Amino acid sequence: MIGAGAPSSPFNPFGGPTVREVHDEFHGDLLEVSMGPQHPSTHGVFRMIATLDGEQIVKLKPVFGYLHRNHEKLAENTTYLATMPYTDRLDYLASLSTNWGYALAVEKLAGQPVPDRAQYLRIILAEMTRLVNHTCLVGFLFNDLGTSFTPLLYGFREREKFLDLFEALTGSRMMCNYQRFGGCRIDPTPEWLAAAEKLVSEFPRFLDEWEAMLTGNEIMIARTQGVGVLDPKLAINAGITGPCLRASGVNYDIRKVDGYGFYPRFDFRVPLGEKGDTYDRYMLRILEMRESVKILQQAFRDLPAGPIMDPKAKIRGFRPKAGEAYGRIESPKGELGFYLISDGSPNPYRYRVRPPSLINLTVLEEMCLGHTVADAVVILGSIDIVLGEVDR
Amino acid sequence: MSDAPNSEKAVAVVPTSLSVTDATQVLARLQARFPDAKISLVQNPGPAAEHSLLLDSTFAREIAFFLRDDPELQLDYCSNVSGVDWPDKEIVETKKISVPDPAGGPDKIVEEKTKRFEPGYLEAVYHLFSMAKKHGPVVIRLRTGNRSDQVTLPSLTPVWRSCDFQEREIFDLYGIKFEGHPDLRRLLMWPEFKDHPMRKDYVAPDDFEWEPTPHDQVLARAKARIAANDAASGANVQPEAKS
Repeated sequence: MIGAGAPSSPFNPFGGPTVREVHDEFHGDLLEVSMGPQHPSTHGVFRMIATLDGEQIVKLKPVFGYLHRNHEKLAENTTYLATMPYTDRLDYLASLSTNWGYALAVEKLAGQPVPDRAQYLRIILAEMTRLVNHTCLVGFLFNDLGTSFTPLLYGFREREKFLDLFEALTGSRMMCNYQRFGGCRIDPTPEWLAAAEKLVSEFPRFLDEWEAMLTGNEIMIARTQGVGVLDPKLAINAGITGPCLRASGVNYDIRKVDGYGFYPRFDFRVPLGEKGDTYDRYMLRILEMRESVKILQQAFRDLPAGPIMDPKAKIRGFRPKAGEAYGRIESPKGELGFYLISDGSPNPYRYRVRPPSLINLTVLEEMCLGHTVADAVVILGSIDIVLGEVDR
Repeated sequence: MSDAPNSEKAVAVVPTSLSVTDATQVLARLQARFPDAKISLVQNPGPAAEHSLLLDSTFAREIAFFLRDDPELQLDYCSNVSGVDWPDKEIVETKKISVPDPAGGPDKIVEEKTKRFEPGYLEAVYHLFSMAKKHGPVVIRLRTGNRSDQVTLPSLTPVWRSCDFQEREIFDLYGIKFEGHPDLRRLLMWPEFKDHPMRKDYVAPDDFEWEPTPHDQVLARAKARIAANDAASGANVQPEAKS
């Protein structure tokens, strides 16, 4: 019964708008939402505990370890080479890059040179992996935005062509196990190289097609611009690397800074973002793919003939001298580092992976604060994580 | 840098240590700034030759702030933090001593073995780079007193946020307690887990999956209740043999 002059109370829907207090004894105050580990938006078995005030996130704590298998201990109990296939399982979308990171660290530990042709092959495969990784990422980002599978399947169509090439070369689509200490495992045939060059030359057309559909999309812009802004100072302090860092405008690409492999011989530019929001992180991946195509075209043009393994490289009885080394590469997700300590035995004394996916999650809370749960899903998608690497 | 890559022989292109800031230079700079702190150079005998600095843990955080903010060094980016376990070692030294023969013959050479106990420690290794100046790495190490009760080190998370998850991981897998860490919990293992699996002397249990479940408690209570009931009714009591 609604009588005139009825006392206005918070429970009376007709008594005018009343704003509920956040710390209301009766209503309780904040809502805790556990997202994951079994949730499709978390890209694997990752869990976030988000605390909500109404719709806004006021606190968000990530929970890790659902895929933990103590990769580092496994590597310490086996030989250097036997760990190479395990590194495929770290970042299973970019196994060829991960292989290279590990090979680079061991070569630095043992002082092992690498022939020219192998260096070029490494760059070719790592950049192709970057294309595969970024197409997947952009596709999944749009999945997280709610466009059910259309952009993702465009991306997967292209990815499958690359994976066919990886399978033809290494015998496996995703778990490639290709790099060796002092070179590569298999030399590609001229037919393979011709097919790869053709595929790469067609890739910009696919990017144009994709961008026509995605980049100017109104919903995309509304959902991503100004969402999840990452401050460059915080990004540097929190050790964010890779596209997430460069989207905030910090010019730090390990391909340029360290100049590992033969990257100093190549002419490419490092795209940078301006605002550091989710849209910049998306756009940066697209621009990076275009630069990767440039690198690949130069690599196919300049690929020298010659051996793919250093003839003095030891396969059996490989025992680096006592010492330690930290090798790092610019993997598609950021700085992938391997820290190795050798005591002169066939097994590494200490083997440590510096996973870019885990450390890029350090600022997830800061990026999500003040946004809704739906935005948190998109922000997580734009960071680009792979749980095989996060949990190790 | 050659731009025509047509040499067919293998060229050594292993990236050398990129430290513009050599470890000895950094050491001299730190010793001038912190005369009271004990800082020493740890040589790396391998080909990588990335020498590291062993810091005094009482001054570690001050030194870290200095490394980050010093305009010459500007090591604003802590890339990698890793724990290392160095277990206790028993070193056997053999000495050859010549003993004079009481019978007057030539001296006898006797081997004398002495056992020396070298206590182990846990170590946290930080790889620092500079994004502003694009140099690095500068490697710093912190060591605990031993592996059992003096395992506290100052946390460097207040200096570099990137240490946050990595120090939690070391706490989880090695058992180093980082003092001053804002949120020191296990990262990868579950909270009830007791041991530190990355230590060298860790032995995995036979049954990883076992943990006390509510089911076990229910079973124990049921058994106790059945036993009590039986005792009350005398049902399960052995009947006395009748003659």
